[in-house]
Amino acid sequence: MASEGELTQTGYIQHHLQNLVFGNHPENGWSIAHGSEEAAAMGFWAIHLDSMFWSIGLGLLFLWLFKKAADNATAGVPGKLQNFVELIVEFVDTNVRETFHGKSDVVAPLALTIFVWVFLMNLMDLIPVDWIPHASTLIGIPYMKIVPSTDVNVTLGLSFGVFALMIYYSLTIKGPVGFFKELAFQPFNSPNILVQALFVPINLLLEGVALIAKPISLALRLFGNMYAGELIFILIALLPWALQWTLSVPWALFHILVITLQAFIFMMLTIVYMSMSHEAH
Amino acid sequence: MNINLTIIGQLISFSIFVFLCMKYVWPPVMAALRERQEKIAQSLADAEQGAQRREEAEQEVNTMLQDAKAQAAEIVAQAQKRSNEIVEESKNTARKEGERLMASAQADIEQEVVSARETLRKQVSSIAVQGAGKILGTEVNADAHAKVLDDLVGQL
Repeated sequence: MASEGELTQTGYIQHHLQNLVFGNHPENGWSIAHGSEEAAAMGFWAIHLDSMFWSIGLGLLFLWLFKKAADNATAGVPGKLQNFVELIVEFVDTNVRETFHGKSDVVAPLALTIFVWVFLMNLMDLIPVDWIPHASTLIGIPYMKIVPSTDVNVTLGLSFGVFALMIYYSLTIKGPVGFFKELAFQPFNSPNILVQALFVPINLLLEGVALIAKPISLALRLFGNMYAGELIFILIALLPWALQWTLSVPWALFHILVITLQAFIFMMLTIVYMSMSHEAH
Repeated sequence: MNINLTIIGQLISFSIFVFLCMKYVWPPVMAALRERQEKIAQSLADAEQGAQRREEAEQEVNTMLQDAKAQAAEIVAQAQKRSNEIVEESKNTARKEGERLMASAQADIEQEVVSARETLRKQVSSIAVQGAGKILGTEVNADAHAKVLDDLVGQL
């Protein structure tokens, strides 16, 4: 009996950690995956419908809310929504101004989008873990992972976007030569040309790894924090229902801090990376 | 935890959201914020200017008040002086009038006395003639003793 109970518990956890995958299965063709083996068999040509749905939905929510406030924005006495939106915008603007000293119309809206969007995606973690997956099962959707930031694809998608902007600005502002110099003549350099020639490959290796590590660490930091938080909520949900609140309430309260902090860190690092790619050393 | 197309999907939606935010959200909110900032700064400057003007006006009022007070005091002093003068003048006039009245009364009295004496003189001679007639028992001719009678009258 114990092994059976364990099995269902494992099944429960696995079910909760499985995305709704639509992809090209080698045998079934384009279809929705039933279980993790089928999803794994689909390889790269698959898409997480639930992650995309929630992430786009939350992105639209963010845009709709802020657009509404922006349309009604006046210099007079602000309403409640406008006040709230202005609070966030000013917060982001202050952080951008303090960290990013270049001139760009992109960085501040980028930071705002990241902060609010990532926060909203993280916020989904506070919805009790069973509600939406259970409701989805009732209407015939087998899997439903509602926290997009616990999907490494989503966080990687964000960080690759940031990475692409980093490369773009490095190339346009410093120029290809300047960018290459930054990678090749740091951290080791020497006035002696021969020694310098020896240093260049080492520098390229070090700086190249550092450069690649930026988007990866950016994505994995957010993913790891949110995945761990989600997993703990799922584990708490395995407790007898009458006891769950003793752990889920403190963890949820703590998690409010975590989700805000992670959204903030993602935003700040993006601003820092943008700043680095705008300024020559 | 499979790496798959979701990355691309997320990347595309991310780019679109950032673009839309850059285009439609950030500029109007920032514009409103900046406009309000200017408005508040303007209002504060206006308020300060207003306060300064009020202070100036207060000072002006104070100086005007002091001027008015000084003027009033001067006017009062002048009025007092003038009234003293008037009182003095009227006192003099009254005294003169009184003296004049007294003098005329004196003159009247003297006139009265003179006329009474005149009347008395006229009657004295006749009374004296009648008295002498009664004493002597005869008619006394007044014309005959006119000299004596005139003397008598002259003594009065």
